[in-house]
Amino acid sequence: MREWVVPLVLFAGLAAAPFAGFGEGYALTLLARTMILGMAAVGLALLVGGAGLVSLGHAATLGVGAYAVVVLDANGITDATTVLPVAIAAAALFALATGAISLRTSGVHFIMITLAFGQMAFFTASSLAAYGGDDGYTLFSRTEVAGTRLLEDRLAFHYVCLGLLGLTYLFCRAALAARFGRVLRAARENALRVRAVGLDPYPYRLLAYVLAGAIGGLAGVLLANAAEFVAPSYLSWQRSGELLFMVILGGLGSLHGAILGALAYVLLEEWLSHLTEHWRMIFGPLLILSVLFFRGGLAGLLAPRQRR
Amino acid sequence: MSPELLLVQALNGLQFGILLFLVAAGLTLVFGVMDFINLAHGVQYMLGAYFGASLAAATGSFWLGLLLALPAALLAGLVLEFLVFRHLYDRDHLAQVLATFGVILFLNEGVKLVWGAAPLQMPIPALLEGGVALMPGLQYPIYRLGIIGAGLATALLLWFLVDRTRAGMLVRAGATNPEMVSALGVDIRRLFTLVFGFGAMLAGFAGVMAAPILSVEPGMGDTPLILAFVVIVIGGIGSIRGAFVAALLVGLIDTLGRAAMPDLMRLFLAPSPARQAGAAIASMLVYILMAAFLAFRPAGLFPVRTG
Amino acid sequence: MTADPLLRIEGLSKRFGGLTVTDEVWLDVLPGEIHAVIGPNGAGKTTLINEVSGVVAPDSGRILFGGLDITRLSMPRRIRAGLARSFQITCVLPGFSVLENVALAAQARDGSSFRFLRPVAKEARLNAAAREALDAVGLADRATMPAGALSHGEKRQLELAIALATRPRLLLLDEPLAGAGPEETERLIALLDRLRSDYAILLVEHDMRAVFALADRISVLVYGRVVATGAPAAIRANPEVRAAYLGEDEA
Repeated sequence: MREWVVPLVLFAGLAAAPFAGFGEGYALTLLARTMILGMAAVGLALLVGGAGLVSLGHAATLGVGAYAVVVLDANGITDATTVLPVAIAAAALFALATGAISLRTSGVHFIMITLAFGQMAFFTASSLAAYGGDDGYTLFSRTEVAGTRLLEDRLAFHYVCLGLLGLTYLFCRAALAARFGRVLRAARENALRVRAVGLDPYPYRLLAYVLAGAIGGLAGVLLANAAEFVAPSYLSWQRSGELLFMVILGGLGSLHGAILGALAYVLLEEWLSHLTEHWRMIFGPLLILSVLFFRGGLAGLLAPRQRR
Repeated sequence: MSPELLLVQALNGLQFGILLFLVAAGLTLVFGVMDFINLAHGVQYMLGAYFGASLAAATGSFWLGLLLALPAALLAGLVLEFLVFRHLYDRDHLAQVLATFGVILFLNEGVKLVWGAAPLQMPIPALLEGGVALMPGLQYPIYRLGIIGAGLATALLLWFLVDRTRAGMLVRAGATNPEMVSALGVDIRRLFTLVFGFGAMLAGFAGVMAAPILSVEPGMGDTPLILAFVVIVIGGIGSIRGAFVAALLVGLIDTLGRAAMPDLMRLFLAPSPARQAGAAIASMLVYILMAAFLAFRPAGLFPVRTG
Repeated sequence: MTADPLLRIEGLSKRFGGLTVTDEVWLDVLPGEIHAVIGPNGAGKTTLINEVSGVVAPDSGRILFGGLDITRLSMPRRIRAGLARSFQITCVLPGFSVLENVALAAQARDGSSFRFLRPVAKEARLNAAAREALDAVGLADRATMPAGALSHGEKRQLELAIALATRPRLLLLDEPLAGAGPEETERLIALLDRLRSDYAILLVEHDMRAVFALADRISVLVYGRVVATGAPAAIRANPEVRAAYLGEDEA
């Protein structure tokens, strides 16, 4: 039961936030950003924390999802029943194609290759002149749900994001605790051991990569809707690095850590950027220090001390 | 594409490849010897360019700027090694990625604070100004030929250092089998620092040489860094020879692809979509090349590590 | 020959650079037999196990298992065909509990692992199979401990339990006694003796007392070549073997 306390408090807090003093437009925008990045970070945590696969190109899956919204929008298609499946499938396919190659390698190779594929997606987005190229693309309208403009209501959008984040979290958590996740976790600790009981880690890792990609695609749809604007910078490798930072900041041991990490990241970014235009000069060293000295992450800080 | 244009683009590609090699050489050594993934290698290239541009402006001489920028880049590399990297050798790759990412954020912003967000210019030295006629009616900038020459000379020097000196032998041995080198009683930390400083200086050198033909601006090191990763993957981690061949390959393919792809697409598509599709495909070419290598030759052109 | 061999190694060869580590090896294991492979350090014993289990690909020769040519199969497929191996350097999942280490092996034998919703820790069938294997090696009382906290000898027992849980027909054991203390060695020898009724075993071992106590047949490997194969008594009496190997060990 204890391992449910922190996530329950976290989700309850997000659900209550609009009625607890964070109901204004600006606060809701920040919260939506937190939940969307948190969703992508949960998917990445499935890869990094669960399967031990450090992807430095995860932002590309968000970008593919967001650009799917753009392409459909440019063709006048905005209904969620089309947009969501298309965007998620596009991101999953991208993950399948790049993952099938990347996963042939491991360790440092894997990091570099995911980075390179992410960069490939970034340059491709920049070259899409029909969709704004470097300058990005402003959506004609947000995605419609059941023919209504539900998502234009900030409060409704808040709860849509929250609901989808909750589903994502529950699914990833269940998958990690199920047979599938056991293979991933075991292969993270010792791939040879897994092979020596008769299981090839590759298909499991590939599916995890595709799942994380699909989740990234979903987050990309929401991100496009939140901003009503999509630009190649969504796919930049800095964004991938930030997502990785959220996962680590939250703590590798748990999936809700990724959401905590996203929350901390968005708040930190917000606070520092009010302090100074050059906030990254503070943020960078903070990142370094957290890597060097803050190994358990936020979730580790909140977890009841039990093992070790 | 006319043969003249092809020649010009091939030379441009060669020059780009040479710069990539200088960035990748340090990266692949650091990688091979220390198993350390240093994302901040690209900002060392950027710092080199900033040092070169500002020192050249201060002294009024390109050559003095170049001469002073090299020790400055070396110093910057050593300071970074002392403050940050040193504490990461024993950590996993994930920690290395994040901490060096933090260094990038800091320095990309830092140069903005010091030099402003506007791009700096570095003048081409008078000695290398103007062009040379490759064939009647076809001028090529001497400075770019100078880059190619200087890069080739550096590659030769590097080959000599790595292949013919005792330190180089240790570096090669370290890339093949790090435990063995430690076991031999070599001070591996000092070797690391040496390799690191040298790699930083090479990247800085590439930055200075690129400064007169590119705009010197924050974030200018990011693209060379990622392409250098591609180069290392293709060449084989830890292999200088591999980095050299792969860098030229990547430089040529990227440059020629960008020049030729839109024309090539014209064969299948109308002009406007051809231009778009061509640009998109051209920007993907080197990554496709890398993917092909991974599929058919995962250890790269010249695999170093055995077993 | 009384029965068809379960494992047949036919003319296996492997070179690493200029060094021939497996040199035209012919060897078989009959059902229910413990066939020990002995030889001085560097004779290529572990390489042989690696070739049979699929870690290393041989340059030439064939490996038949139950009549099936497995020379080109991947390691996971060989394991699923009924081979199981232990490692010379202990290979367990230190962060997993002892039970979960074995349950993973049971899971590999029990239908698809592409299941996403049901908590695997509560799958009674897998846990029961894992407990049974732990019982068989005498490690049942350690089930909830993290595997990383076991003693060295216990880890060797755990490896055996993992191998058993894959329901193999043949066990490839690479120095199962390496690094075990005297008491643990006694326990492990007794355990291997019990296992012989259910499994064929290809045993690589340095401990001569264990080898002569357990083996039905012994092959002597020197510089990658089998110089002699036979019953323990015959091997003990073989002058070539004494000269090449036993002499230096027992002197």
